[in-house]
Amino acid sequence: MAECHPVGFQWVMEAKARGAKIIHVDPRFTRTSAVSHVHAALRAGSDIAFLGGLINYVLSNEKDFREYVLAYTNAAAILREDFQDTEDLDGVFSGYDPERRQYDMATWEYEGAPTVPAAGSTDPEQPGEPGSESQHGGEGHQSTARADTYGSGGAAVGGKPKTDETLQHPRCVYQVLKRHFARYTPELVADVCGLPVEQFREIAEAVTANSGRDRTTAWVYSVGWTHHTVGAQYIRTASILQTLLGNIGRPGGGILALRGHASIQGSTDIPTLFNLLPGYIPMPHAHQHQSLDEFVAADAGKTGFWGNMRSYTVSLLKSYWGDSAQPHNDFRFGYLPRLTGDHGTYATVQKQIEGECKGYFLVGENPAVGSANGKFQRLGLANLDWLVVRDLQLIESATFWKDGPEVETGELKPEEIGTEVFFLPAAAHTEKDGSFTNTQRLLQWHHKAVDPPGDARSDLWFYYHLGRIIRERVGDDPRDAPIRDLTWSYPVEGPTGDPSAESVLAEINGHGPDGPLSAYTQLKDDGSTACGCWIYCGVRADGKNQAANRQPGSEQDWVAKGWAWAWPANRRILYNRASADPDGKPWSDRKKLLSWDADQGKWVGPDVPDFEPTKAPDYEPPEGAKAQDALGGRDPFIMQTDGKAWLYVPAGLADGPLPTHYEPFESPVENALYGQQESPTRQTLESPSNPYNPARSEVYPYVFTTYRLTEHHTAGGMSRTLPYLSELQPEFFCEVSPALAAERGLENGGWATIISARTAIEARVLVTERVKPLKVRGRTIHQVGLPYHWGPNGLSRGDAANDLLSIVMDPNVHIQESKAATCDIRPGRRPRGAALPVMVEEYRRRADG
Amino acid sequence: MAEYGTQPRMGFFTDTSVCIGCKACEVACKEWNGVPDRGELDLLGSSYDNTGALGSNTWRHVAFVEQSKPAAPAPSTVDLGMPDVGAPGQDEPGVRWLMSSDVCKHCTHAACLDVCPTGSLFRTEFGTVVVQQDICNGCGYCVPACPYGVIEKRESDGRAFKCTLCYDRLGAGMEPACAKACPTDSIQFGELDELRERADERVRTLHESGVPEARLYGRDPDDGVGGDGAFFLLLDEPEVYGLPPDPVVTTRDLPAMWKRAAVTAAGVAAAVAMSFLGRRR
Repeated sequence: MAECHPVGFQWVMEAKARGAKIIHVDPRFTRTSAVSHVHAALRAGSDIAFLGGLINYVLSNEKDFREYVLAYTNAAAILREDFQDTEDLDGVFSGYDPERRQYDMATWEYEGAPTVPAAGSTDPEQPGEPGSESQHGGEGHQSTARADTYGSGGAAVGGKPKTDETLQHPRCVYQVLKRHFARYTPELVADVCGLPVEQFREIAEAVTANSGRDRTTAWVYSVGWTHHTVGAQYIRTASILQTLLGNIGRPGGGILALRGHASIQGSTDIPTLFNLLPGYIPMPHAHQHQSLDEFVAADAGKTGFWGNMRSYTVSLLKSYWGDSAQPHNDFRFGYLPRLTGDHGTYATVQKQIEGECKGYFLVGENPAVGSANGKFQRLGLANLDWLVVRDLQLIESATFWKDGPEVETGELKPEEIGTEVFFLPAAAHTEKDGSFTNTQRLLQWHHKAVDPPGDARSDLWFYYHLGRIIRERVGDDPRDAPIRDLTWSYPVEGPTGDPSAESVLAEINGHGPDGPLSAYTQLKDDGSTACGCWIYCGVRADGKNQAANRQPGSEQDWVAKGWAWAWPANRRILYNRASADPDGKPWSDRKKLLSWDADQGKWVGPDVPDFEPTKAPDYEPPEGAKAQDALGGRDPFIMQTDGKAWLYVPAGLADGPLPTHYEPFESPVENALYGQQESPTRQTLESPSNPYNPARSEVYPYVFTTYRLTEHHTAGGMSRTLPYLSELQPEFFCEVSPALAAERGLENGGWATIISARTAIEARVLVTERVKPLKVRGRTIHQVGLPYHWGPNGLSRGDAANDLLSIVMDPNVHIQESKAATCDIRPGRRPRGAALPVMVEEYRRRADG
Repeated sequence: MAEYGTQPRMGFFTDTSVCIGCKACEVACKEWNGVPDRGELDLLGSSYDNTGALGSNTWRHVAFVEQSKPAAPAPSTVDLGMPDVGAPGQDEPGVRWLMSSDVCKHCTHAACLDVCPTGSLFRTEFGTVVVQQDICNGCGYCVPACPYGVIEKRESDGRAFKCTLCYDRLGAGMEPACAKACPTDSIQFGELDELRERADERVRTLHESGVPEARLYGRDPDDGVGGDGAFFLLLDEPEVYGLPPDPVVTTRDLPAMWKRAAVTAAGVAAAVAMSFLGRRR
């Protein structure tokens, strides 16, 4: 966190100064480790074993916060008799189809309470589209799990499951969980992660001692947890641990996702993701969602706040199509684009290589350096008709056709690349108005400080005028109606005609018959309200830009509601009903936040309640109640249909109802726990330019992991061209331990060549004690650390670490496993030109032979 | 004490125990003061430090010191005779990574200032030591005079450059750029007297919380330079960070030397006179 989020890390340092114990768990010894009380070096890709070990420690020592667990989680729910755990089936759950590498989730349900799929996914599984055979675990799998279709919140649970409040029933979630993790002992954690047993115990004791009625523990993670074939399950493991310890919805608790760069949270809230509409409303499917009724059908019956799905959707459609969206035309629901399968970034690039995807916009993204398997990315870029790159500098994704690695090796010839590249200089954040939404869901407004240089323009300028010109050009063709009817009217300012960012914020906030809306609870499904993103409704409450609030911390209480605006409804801690006990009293004076004031008949406290403000703790939903009315006064998790935190997920995840330790797809060791080596539902991508290293290969004996440095920004577009930053980290280097350096003859300051089945890259060598050899499964495992910022352009140059990676993905979210893979390393520079692929091929032959 | 005119003496307290080595100070300093980049890009192979040392183009420098730390004491748990699995762990030495942002010390007795023949180096109303670039003639006397090796001539320019403690910002009531940019308040700017109190308190806190190695460097007004205007909290010996353990103002002995020189000169003159006188005799 100190390495990649140094500004946010000031608060960790402040917590440390106030007595907090800081534990850093990371394969790498970073700037964070340097100032933490404990650094636990573990093998990249082994975190579920580590976290599972903590869960086992909590359960076997009965250290869970029992009152919290009983009241607010599904611990007491009883599972079906035919459910079988990975403990029973050597690493897979019941319902696994090895042919198709996917699960039938029927046996995962609660007894007596079948799960209902989300948002219109009531159809049986759709067959994979033509051509998807090459993507195992892709479309077909996805529609079974429907992991894409939930927006936020889990799948729906119909009716009330049978429960055992004593938690003794052998099939209740608590007991299932206990058995599932029983073998994740400190000794096993040590064996799998390479962590000393004593250190693991120290951490387990610290985390449990610092959780409960009087204390809370927070977990902070970044892409080190998400970039795995089991990334979603990493987060699930942390969720289970935090829920057992009562660390969710309470001050000082939580699981905080630090995003990759500014406003990535914002780019999922108002998404750049293929499967979401604003506010985590799922994107409709081409075959399943012919009408608005079909689309909201599953949710219309839902309990919890997603029960208002129709209001959120209709208000969104009204903001898109204004007066054209009317009840008789389904509010123009038919105008929305539709999904036909996985349109994620890697699937898109594959379509480029196959010649189906002809045009591409790259806006502030440099996949030729920043995405896994750079060659795969560049081959896609080289097979387009046109490519638009909007960035601050001429990044590698704009110049791949003349100086990319494949041009050097002769695999691509500039004169044979047909892609027409349009490079458009972009304005930086200081050169435009707008907002950032960061990890704590805080919308912070920034004002333009200087005009952008030369022809550089804001993205808002680009998209507004692009849309304006397209709208001028479209004719009367009915298929262009969605574009003609769009609301596209924004006041423009200055000589360059920049649209007003405030007016866009006003559209996002929404308006009703009486002007600007102030809360999402005002949204209606009759077309009387328009709102561009329901969770952002209220950011311009009273017509004022609340995101621009900058009341200093010294002038307000510790919750600091006067600094910017947090979605939803300016709530600072989500699910904060859980900060009080079932009766509405604070769990302790030290950790009080909200409490129920019976005299006033409302929840009181420094934060905005994430709960209906006047719903009493003793409220029992009447029979047949809908939406939030169906949740009781003791159900804090209001986006879930049952209002509970899920220790066990009866539906909604493609890869299992509980997290299970699988080895990374490319791992040097065998799975210590199960015969099943890697995630059975991993999503592979079969392509000649995406070969995999075999597991446990002696040809690729070392683990490598990629990461970032404070001095550079992601793929380098914002830093490698700047002299002041470039001189601080002037070139690409790898980090190795003295032991590995000795084993392979590497010298500090010298050169090394690092090889995978994809390619070979060269890096300067930094030999450091900070990289420790780990004892795993009785063997010494060496790890190679690779910062991934570099490419051939700019002042500070080097090979791209991500070129070494393969594309193998998590089946829920299609994120690649870029944090754990295998390689070889040897001294000296890599071969040049055509000799490079020859060497890589020679390695592959040896590995496959 | 420590007052120059009516304006209290201002300085830096750099608490290296909270430095995270982000180098924001280095960049903020260069941005504000228009300090050129060093031109050549070279990986030094010295941990994460690619700046090397303070110089004419580096007025803040973050040192990165990697140390092996002794093995933790053996755990006091009962040996159950279980097979030995897991990482080697406890008997292996750990690692400590020290980071520290170095800067001109703005000495109470500043040799650079003493030796400057043009008056380019001067003591400001804030008690800081600043080179006036329009007066510096590039003689370079200040360079060997500095006991810390801070000030340096810029090759491309010929004049001497170093930290000004953002003299222009101070005049406008602003804190120096490095202190402003520091996210963890490792670099603290303020009245020197107040900073010294704060530093003493911080050392006490660290000692009480099990960091006995914490110590102040350059805080003592009775040291060889009369105390530093920019002083430090360190977690190891100064040499570990590349700082001289017992700096002495290089001009300390000048008066005595001049005195001796004068005596010698007088003696020589007398001898010469005597020889003439003697010849006449």
